[in-house]
Amino acid sequence: MTALSERDGLPYASVRFGGVTRDVCLACQPDVVPGDFVLVHVGLAIAKIDRAQAETAWRVLEQLGQTAEVVGSPGEESEP
Amino acid sequence: MRYLEEYRDPDVAAGLLREIRRVVRSPWVIMEVCGGQTHSIVRYGIDRMLPEEIELVHGPGCPVCVTALETIDRAHAIAARPDVIFTSFGDMLRVPGSHGDLLSLRGRGADVRVVYSPLDAVGIARQNPDKNVVFLGIGFETTAPANAMALVQARRLRVANFSMLLSHVLVPPSIAAILQTRGNRVQAFLGPGHVCAVVGTREYEAIAARYGVPIVITGFEPVDLLEGILMAVRQLEAGRAEVENQYARTVTREGNTIAREIIAAVFEVTDRKWRGIGAIPKSGYKISYEFRDHDADRLFAVEEIATEEPAACISGMVLRGLKKPCDCPAFGKTCTPRTPLGATMVSAEGACAAYYQYGRSVPEEAAE
Repeated sequence: MTALSERDGLPYASVRFGGVTRDVCLACQPDVVPGDFVLVHVGLAIAKIDRAQAETAWRVLEQLGQTAEVVGSPGEESEP
Repeated sequence: MRYLEEYRDPDVAAGLLREIRRVVRSPWVIMEVCGGQTHSIVRYGIDRMLPEEIELVHGPGCPVCVTALETIDRAHAIAARPDVIFTSFGDMLRVPGSHGDLLSLRGRGADVRVVYSPLDAVGIARQNPDKNVVFLGIGFETTAPANAMALVQARRLRVANFSMLLSHVLVPPSIAAILQTRGNRVQAFLGPGHVCAVVGTREYEAIAARYGVPIVITGFEPVDLLEGILMAVRQLEAGRAEVENQYARTVTREGNTIAREIIAAVFEVTDRKWRGIGAIPKSGYKISYEFRDHDADRLFAVEEIATEEPAACISGMVLRGLKKPCDCPAFGKTCTPRTPLGATMVSAEGACAAYYQYGRSVPEEAAE
């Protein structure tokens, strides 16, 4: 999420989706700030990504991937 | 982290798959509720990577797919009026009704427009004060805050020529209906991550307890889905039936309280008919009396509509997890995204469209 603005009395922000930037209404997420990651649905930000939670959960997953590499038998590999 | 690409990491996915294989002992049927989850599963072939004990079946969570034919036909009648600019999401405008899809009305002079957001439709109404601008508002709880916001904004800005034809559906009653279906095979659910980002997870706790079924609120990327499946399998093997949250980076137990307040101010819970499934009590939203001046159902008198579904279409069975798209004799033959018989072949979230797009025209056994 980048620049904040206002339109017709509602808070808006520019949000980058990969290479595309769109104006997104922040009426349901008024406390987000530039740099935050938000979940957007049909032009409205409906959730803010909890970065601390995501990073903690990811460390567990990463460990599972690494551990599995060690204990898994060869040929078991299957990628999405 | 960018909270997207990481969740497609092949090493982490492989680790989760190994853990699922290690944990599973018995055969289990798990339903992913959301159409977005179905697409990801089919796109990445997740269902075909799982150990044979685990079968994934696809749920009703495609809002375009379950919008009743009567609603589309009613929209057709309103959109055909010369004083109306009719708007909705692109998928919705392409779904076949009894008399063709809504976009086809353009050829007969109707003004039918695709919008990205319902708030854009309010903008169109302000730019066209001599026209009635109608938005066909469909969706699950995920879409409800934006649709409700559009009505709040129309009232606040006094946009009298904006109205909404509302056909909202709710996930928890549909899960309960599936569990009550004769012949139900579903033993656990991957719950709807984006829906729960709005409404939270509390409502699912009662379902898990009442039906003794594990519900894991799950995201949409391959790693999310594999972790959700692992959590569901762990519960099934241990005989637990709880609500767990795999998608905690986005979903909290309370959901988005501001969004929930806006929904409660504008909509009321009502009975709703689901395409392919039938009527489910208290499974939808209607516009509250207070916002009646923007309720297209009240503003446009439409004669009683008799609808007819194509007999060959089995989308109702697909939406309840009783059949797979490739079980349908019409799939890929008379029914394709160009010539859809049912909504599940139209929507980007429809199971039939996912199977077609990713080359699942025949069952796995036959393909090998």
